[in-house]
Amino acid sequence: MITVNENLCKGCNLCTEFCPQKVYKESEKLGKKGIHVPVPVDEEKCKKCGLCALMCPDQAIRVDEEDNDE
Amino acid sequence: MVKGESPFMKYLRRDRLPTIFCAGCGNGIVMNTFFNGMEMAEVDFDNLILVSGIGCSSRIPGYVACDSLHTTHGRPISFATGIKLANPEHDVAVFSGDGDAAAIGGNHLIHGARRNIDITVVCINNSIYGMTGGQISPTSPKGSYGTTAPYGALERPFSLADLVTAAGGTYVARWTTAHPIQLSKAIKYGLQNKGFSFIEVISQCPTYYGRKNKLRSPIDMLNWMKESSINKRRADKMEEEELQEKIIVGEFQKKPEPEFTEKLCKLLEEQCVTGKPTAIRSAYQED
Repeated sequence: MITVNENLCKGCNLCTEFCPQKVYKESEKLGKKGIHVPVPVDEEKCKKCGLCALMCPDQAIRVDEEDNDE
Repeated sequence: MVKGESPFMKYLRRDRLPTIFCAGCGNGIVMNTFFNGMEMAEVDFDNLILVSGIGCSSRIPGYVACDSLHTTHGRPISFATGIKLANPEHDVAVFSGDGDAAAIGGNHLIHGARRNIDITVVCINNSIYGMTGGQISPTSPKGSYGTTAPYGALERPFSLADLVTAAGGTYVARWTTAHPIQLSKAIKYGLQNKGFSFIEVISQCPTYYGRKNKLRSPIDMLNWMKESSINKRRADKMEEEELQEKIIVGEFQKKPEPEFTEKLCKLLEEQCVTGKPTAIRSAYQED
């Protein structure tokens, strides 16, 4: 499961560009800070490599191995 | 741990976030890779001290929840030398920018390397003075634009990795923020190495370097770094003309040598007449 923290994201979109599987997409509408927060649209393609969490300059992304929704 | 938080959030001072860095700044990536390398090297976080000077990159220790020191411009390596000598059991790392390490603190850098004291210097080289308004720095590539070079920089840039190798650093590597995995490994080796370790990180400054040099977004800058970087092993076989405008990445030096604090402690034990050479150090330790 991928979580993007909207409070920390500054909208640089490095994750949308450098995800090897192209999981992320820039959101259409503005977030609460007035920036385009990336959305993980193709989450089933994610291989959990964690490169987005390592590349995120604002520590806004977390990639979990399992889908723990409960 | 709060649900949905970055794995590196446990090392940060939560109340200071978000960072003041521009969107897409490389400093955040270096922070992540440092934590990643630290985890790989199995460094005790409570035993770590981060030292920094002045500059954008030098704000990093202020966000990390360990002991940190924000010192005068260009002198982080001198302060780190003091910390290390006072208690050699600490792991000391220095975060420094190119203006801090190469321009005003150039002499401290080469003498730290010459002394081979066990500190790890992470130099975040964004090729420009980002905090003060985009002036040309000693590492700006020839022909690059800045506010003080509207017709392009005339001078040749410093190759910091080569400089520290020549000065006697025992682990020297250069990577870019577009190589976060390799960079994490270099930081791991740097922290494990007993001696002066220098990791030069070519980083992006989209606000000043990018805007002046037709690489407006951080994505453009990272793509440029990825395309123009070339591994040292390949670069060694190439001609100098071919390597113009290329970034040579890789390990420059990996050679263990006797370390300074060890030599000093040995000398203290040999020369101490009162029979208690550890008295100085014990002042910093708990009973």
